[in-house]
Amino acid sequence: MGAISTIAVMILILFQILREGLPVLHLRFFLDSPKNMGREGGIFTTIIGTIALTGVAILFGAPLGVGTAVFLREYTRESKISRMIRFGTDCLAGVPSIIFGLFGFVFFVIKLNMGWSILSGGLTLAAMILPTVISTAEESIRAIPPSHREVSYSLGGTKWQTITRVVLPSALPGIFTGILLSVGRSIGETAAVILTAGSSLVMPTSLFSPIRTMAVHFYILAREGISMEMAYGTGATLILLVLIINMIAQWLINRYIRHRA
Amino acid sequence: MYQGNKIAIKDFSFYYDSSQALRDINLNIQPKQILTIFGPARSGKTTLLKSLNRLTDLIFGVQHTGTILLDDIDIYDPKMDLTHLRRRIGMVFDLPTPLPMSIFDNIAYGPKLSGTNRRNRLNEIVEKALRSAVLWEEVKDRLHTSALRLSGGQQQRLCIARILALEPEVLLLDEPCSGLDPISTASIEETLIQLKKDYTIILVPHNVQQASRVADRAGFFLNGELVEEGPVYQIFTKPRDKRTEDYVTGRFG
Repeated sequence: MGAISTIAVMILILFQILREGLPVLHLRFFLDSPKNMGREGGIFTTIIGTIALTGVAILFGAPLGVGTAVFLREYTRESKISRMIRFGTDCLAGVPSIIFGLFGFVFFVIKLNMGWSILSGGLTLAAMILPTVISTAEESIRAIPPSHREVSYSLGGTKWQTITRVVLPSALPGIFTGILLSVGRSIGETAAVILTAGSSLVMPTSLFSPIRTMAVHFYILAREGISMEMAYGTGATLILLVLIINMIAQWLINRYIRHRA
Repeated sequence: MYQGNKIAIKDFSFYYDSSQALRDINLNIQPKQILTIFGPARSGKTTLLKSLNRLTDLIFGVQHTGTILLDDIDIYDPKMDLTHLRRRIGMVFDLPTPLPMSIFDNIAYGPKLSGTNRRNRLNEIVEKALRSAVLWEEVKDRLHTSALRLSGGQQQRLCIARILALEPEVLLLDEPCSGLDPISTASIEETLIQLKKDYTIILVPHNVQQASRVADRAGFFLNGELVEEGPVYQIFTKPRDKRTEDYVTGRFG
């Protein structure tokens, strides 16, 4: 019953968005820049904005998160410090995104004087996805049998060699899943992005340019009543993008697992 | 011809947090022999093996007193190169532990760690190691398939081959046949007798019969103490200590 209602809700949402949005989708819609506040033209700059922002978020968030997980699992015994870090990440996971937005605005945009930009937004999102990356990475590292590490050490492996050659390769599918969830969250985020990356429709030229993401575009188009048609088109593109990313990731993971086992 | 001790253990005691696992062990191990150490569960056998290549270092809150000499050099010397020590003293664990990679990569793992990366050289090493562990004929056509698909007995011989690829001097085997069928056990025992020509082997057998089948010398452990050690026939037929006799004849354990 639960499963059926879950699927039903999912199909309902997809159906609604795609019914309204698919008719708008043409190649020109993807490749033209928005004109007249988004009433006409396409959504090209917002696609670029979404990719750039998510890219920066993952670029900073993923290594930091995986590094933290490795530290917690491989370098510390259960202690006050590790418990504190874990408590911190758990708290961070429950903080509403608008708070991250506010923090990013005050710290990156104003204090560090980075302005509304891809960098400010990306760093804010990196902080936001950190808990997800850490907890999924930690979970998958925890799942690796201690005997694998013991074998590596007994064959003369150093700690670093053991981590890079045994621990991380085995944990990779899990780490990947966490990053994927984070990509989804970054793509869909609006509140924190408006506060830190702005909502400019101009084509970005550097990491310090303000941008508008597809999710923000969708929000503004619908909220300001600019064009429901374009809003649904953007929504449909978002859904398809997430779908494609998920499929590619799934394919990569399967290929990787088959290659190893 | 007299040969010096390969390993000399002197007054060695070992503690986990608060409990003592080994009590004043004194034991000399000669090269190119199989020494079997046996005794009931939790008598300190595994702890002794792991102390010999310092895998115990991985556990938090352990302490030891006394010394262990390998070729007259103290392995607990702060200057000891652990990587080098563990390559000289290889260990096979009680359960087969193939790493989740191909058969070839499992064997090549150790040599690669020390920077042997030339394909030809690795091919040679892998073949030689698999031949020594009597596994080559069974797997030569599928070296690049996952090691996890091998049977239990094959996996355990793979683990032995993986150690041999490093050309160690001492082999530590911790119940290498537990969980294996009699045929796999027999083939591993045969392998061990073959290996004795080149290696010093310390074996924790999974039963007393296995100890008497393959070993040259035997040591009986009880509650962290080495009760007695001697030639295997003497230990099993004319034990000096009453406790050894009781264990060997099956009165407890």
